[in-house]
Amino acid sequence: MEDDAPVIYGLEFQARALTAQTAETDAIRFLVGTQSLKFDNQIHIIDFDDENNIINKSVLVHPAGEIWHISASPADKSVLTTCYNKTSESRVVTCAAVWRMPPEWESGSHESPDDSSNNPQTLELLCHLDNTAHGNMACVLWEPMGDGSRVISLADNHAVLWDLQESSTKAAVSSSATLEGKGQLKFTSGKWSPHHNCTQLATANDTAIRGWDLRSMSQIYCIENAHGQLVRDLDFNPNKQYYLASCGDDCKVKFWDVRNVNEPVKSLEEHSHWVWSVRYNHSHDQLLLTGSSDSRVILSNMVSISSEPFGHLVDDDDLSDGEDGHQEEKSREPLQDSIIATYEEHEDSVYALEWSSADPWLFASLSYDGRLVINRVPRALKYRILL
Amino acid sequence: MDIDQGTSPATTPPDSDAQRKRKVHGMLKLYYGLNDEGKGSDQAESLDPCDINGPHFDPEVYLNKLRKECSLGELMDQESCMVKQIRSLDSDMQTLVYENYNKFISATDTIRKMKNDFKKMEDEMDCLSANMSAITEFSAKISGTLQDQHTQITKLSGVHTLLRKLQFLFELPARLNKCLELQAYAQAVSSHRRARCVLQQYSHMPSFCGIQDDCNAIMEQLAQQLRQKFRDGGSNAKDLSECVELLLQLDEPAEELCDKFLSHAQSRLESDLQGLEAELRDPVSPSKPATTETSAALKKGASSAAGSPTDASMHSGNPFLSGASKTDILEFIDRGCNEFVSNLCLVIASYQELFINRPQEGELASKNIPEMARGKLHAFVDALAVRYFSLVERRIQEEKGVGDNSLLVRALDRFHRRLQAVTKLLPGSSVPSQGTEIVVQAARERIKQYLSALQSFYLDSLTDVRQALAAPRLSMGGGTGGGGLLGGGTSGKDAPPNLPELLASFSASILNQIKSVLASVHLFTAKDITFSNKPYFKGEFCSQGVRESLVVSFIKFICQSSRQFCESTGDRGGSTPPALLLLLSRLCLDYETSTISYILTLTDEQFLVQHHSPVTAVTALCAEAREAAQKLLNHYVKVQGLIISQMLRKSVETRDWVNTIEPRNVRAVMKRVVEDTTSIDVQVGLLYEEGVRKAHSSDSSKRTFSVYSSSRQQVRYAPSYTPSAPMDTNLLSNIHKLFSERIDIFSPVEFNKVSVLTGIIKISLKTFLECVRLRTFGRYGLQQIQVDCHYLQMYLWRFVSDENLVHFLLDEIVGSAAHRCLDPAPMEQSVIEVICERG
Repeated sequence: MEDDAPVIYGLEFQARALTAQTAETDAIRFLVGTQSLKFDNQIHIIDFDDENNIINKSVLVHPAGEIWHISASPADKSVLTTCYNKTSESRVVTCAAVWRMPPEWESGSHESPDDSSNNPQTLELLCHLDNTAHGNMACVLWEPMGDGSRVISLADNHAVLWDLQESSTKAAVSSSATLEGKGQLKFTSGKWSPHHNCTQLATANDTAIRGWDLRSMSQIYCIENAHGQLVRDLDFNPNKQYYLASCGDDCKVKFWDVRNVNEPVKSLEEHSHWVWSVRYNHSHDQLLLTGSSDSRVILSNMVSISSEPFGHLVDDDDLSDGEDGHQEEKSREPLQDSIIATYEEHEDSVYALEWSSADPWLFASLSYDGRLVINRVPRALKYRILL
Repeated sequence: MDIDQGTSPATTPPDSDAQRKRKVHGMLKLYYGLNDEGKGSDQAESLDPCDINGPHFDPEVYLNKLRKECSLGELMDQESCMVKQIRSLDSDMQTLVYENYNKFISATDTIRKMKNDFKKMEDEMDCLSANMSAITEFSAKISGTLQDQHTQITKLSGVHTLLRKLQFLFELPARLNKCLELQAYAQAVSSHRRARCVLQQYSHMPSFCGIQDDCNAIMEQLAQQLRQKFRDGGSNAKDLSECVELLLQLDEPAEELCDKFLSHAQSRLESDLQGLEAELRDPVSPSKPATTETSAALKKGASSAAGSPTDASMHSGNPFLSGASKTDILEFIDRGCNEFVSNLCLVIASYQELFINRPQEGELASKNIPEMARGKLHAFVDALAVRYFSLVERRIQEEKGVGDNSLLVRALDRFHRRLQAVTKLLPGSSVPSQGTEIVVQAARERIKQYLSALQSFYLDSLTDVRQALAAPRLSMGGGTGGGGLLGGGTSGKDAPPNLPELLASFSASILNQIKSVLASVHLFTAKDITFSNKPYFKGEFCSQGVRESLVVSFIKFICQSSRQFCESTGDRGGSTPPALLLLLSRLCLDYETSTISYILTLTDEQFLVQHHSPVTAVTALCAEAREAAQKLLNHYVKVQGLIISQMLRKSVETRDWVNTIEPRNVRAVMKRVVEDTTSIDVQVGLLYEEGVRKAHSSDSSKRTFSVYSSSRQQVRYAPSYTPSAPMDTNLLSNIHKLFSERIDIFSPVEFNKVSVLTGIIKISLKTFLECVRLRTFGRYGLQQIQVDCHYLQMYLWRFVSDENLVHFLLDEIVGSAAHRCLDPAPMEQSVIEVICERG
């Protein structure tokens, strides 16, 4: 069975920020934020027509600055947040803001896709997340499956929970936590857990992963030295509440059960450089995407620690952890943890990747040179999982 | 008799005139009409009528024949001859008649005489019969008169015997007493035995009963004495055996005797065992105050006189030393053998002599004593042997030190050898096989100990190496001067450890240790060791024990412990000095190429291993070692790369690149990077070969530098620095990427210097690139990066296999920095060069 060829879309600018339009469950749509110091930055809305294998794009101007992080509201399709660099008087600060996409962008782009680049529409600013007290914004996280009124921002060593009021036009700090410790601590990344009634947050700073309880804004667990080098990203297993995956500069992807922080449940070392991003598939948590600065995207099938372990014993796989990586042939066997595919369409570091919120078998990855690649899970595997 | 002559003429013996006589007899026969019918052959002849002697003679025919055939003269002669014959015949006939007549006469005379004689005899016979009847009458009379007296005499003689018997009985107690006094036990017992039945039978009579009681008392006493004697046991074997025999005859139950004998023996053997146990429990027994030391030593010497005299003399000669140290295992086993085992053998031998191998007679035979006795003996020996073995095992277990194996082997040998005596004495016993089992167990244990000793030796040496590495940091100068240091390492005040030297000594010491261990273990299979020809020591010990459990396990241990360096401490790379990783990697590689096969060949040769069971192949071990070497080297690259990466990362992250001043110098961190890389290069160069590198365009860094920063390059870079065309860099670098191979940053390296250095530099520069991409630069920030990259370019190209790789990565860095620059105004190439030249 032939798998569809990957679809590649090139941006004019370098880019690091990618998100799926979380609230959109019908169309396959991704948002990409560009990084350019010289030009107005843009947000590209990438619409993928699955039937025809065609990409439709719309461009919105994001004049505030180069975009380092982007995330879409889970409730309102048109609302999103960005973290962007602002240069003023030879100082660079990273700010965050909530934006609304102008309602006309869709119709305009459909009628004359070429026009969009010529007459780009601009994002409508809803509110700033005021970070003057907190430092540079690393990322903004929406409450998963929430009503789009709560976000968390991670800035330097502060985690701040905001309430968005009055149709997101006003942001009020509801509570905050500060990371205390020696030296200059800085959050690099974070994730809002969809479990426990959305009361938990996991953050990464340097080599440690910390869990926070949002009700008390206190730390609930800490995985010291989760990775040998910096932790770059983490993600919660959507179906198993205590499981999370992390990745970092030691080229490893590790799986943790937060109830036992001493040892990772599993550890993969497939990439040959830093792993920048890790994502669980939203519905089939054995599927795991990782993107690395070795320009590769790897789709792994972590059957043994998934919520649907194919009816075989978990122990069998734990024994063979070490070899998994080198045994490509084994990927054909359904019961084995394995790499499903290594995608080499990128030629620069892949900093971001995301599963589609509409189609669980589809994902996008973005490399620094502005290349967005949309790929599908191989059909054979898809049917094996489904049937 | 001549009467018979006519009837049997043929039987007369042939003599000189036999012919003639026959002729005469034949004629006589004819005359009397007798014809020998059986002579059919004669008839043919005699049919001739001319045969004058034939029966059918016809005188007419004969006469006619003569007349016809013969002349007158012949006839005349014939006639005279005939007359002569007739005459002789007549005279013969007369002689015969006369003879016969004489015989008749004498016969008649004889008959007449006989008639007279018989008459006389008849009379005499009558007389005799009369006499005989008279005699018969007389004798009957006599016997009638003597009848009474005869019965009386018989009775009297019976009484006499009885009286003698009674006298014997009455005298018996006294006699027994006498015997007892004289210790003539055998006589006493035989006497008693003779009287016993009688006494038993008549015990209802008071007098007999008294005697019996007396006898019994005496015999009891005797038995007591015998038992005493038996118990003392000091008497010689013959006495003892007599003793036992007597006791048996005294109806002493055999089982009880066996038990007594054994329990007696047991107490003695117990004391031996306790002596051994005491030695086990209290190894410093001879340590006493110095004043009593000599006497103690003397006593010890006396008590262990049977033991080896050298031990005793050692004790007395060097009391302080021996007092402090424990008795060695050989001495212990010696003592066990000399005291316990030899006593046991004695006991077994005398026991068998007494109870088992004795000729059985009488009713004793029926009791089947040997069977019972043998059973008891086996149980006895087994029970004691178990205790002895447990002591020996305990003692062997205490033998932890692996210094001198020969002592242990000798001790085991002696142990095993002495048990052979038991085998000979007690063929069916399980004792020797248990003993062999102990030896086997000890050997197994020994191998384990050697393995752990080897492992701890390896770890100790490793620690030494670590310390040697840690003490003085391997500096650049020390590295370059390494060749000289080989000769005079001690001259320098802080002579850095020379890696090859360290490796060589490390490797050699391990190899030596293995060899010495092999030599030690080899003692187990020496020809003169009794147990070396047991199947275990011939087969399993060599292949499974020495080869697999010891050598192979050790090599695997080396590989495994090496691999652990990569895994446990790997993440931060802090705790293990990189030089150690490098050294271990080289060690494993050396093992892969030669050492493993050398060691295994050595082992196989020394132990003549015949592989009955599958063993680990050399290739498998080599593969493992190579894998370990690869892992270690990869890890080394990673660790070194991370150290440099860390420097670069910090230098990029901590600086405010927007508000930096115009670059005047290469930043110190870059110099440090180059320095470190150089020292790594030296370090790796000490252990690994140069490796292949792609042909350089030239040796000079100048030239590469000029290529890198040539005007053509300048042109190539120019657009990217101008805000007018942001796409061009992407395009350019993408084109570059299209035509260059994908670079795997953390990828396995080859076993050579260039590959290692390439790996390290790749990691470092990639980190640099990624960090740069996360920052925003001002004009001078960009220019500083340019200067730094140029500096790196000048020095790093020489280390890598493909200088284009360095070019490419540095291009990327500068390109990315330019992209991230708010005010991208690149520095003049010439200025960069000047700054870099200045250092």
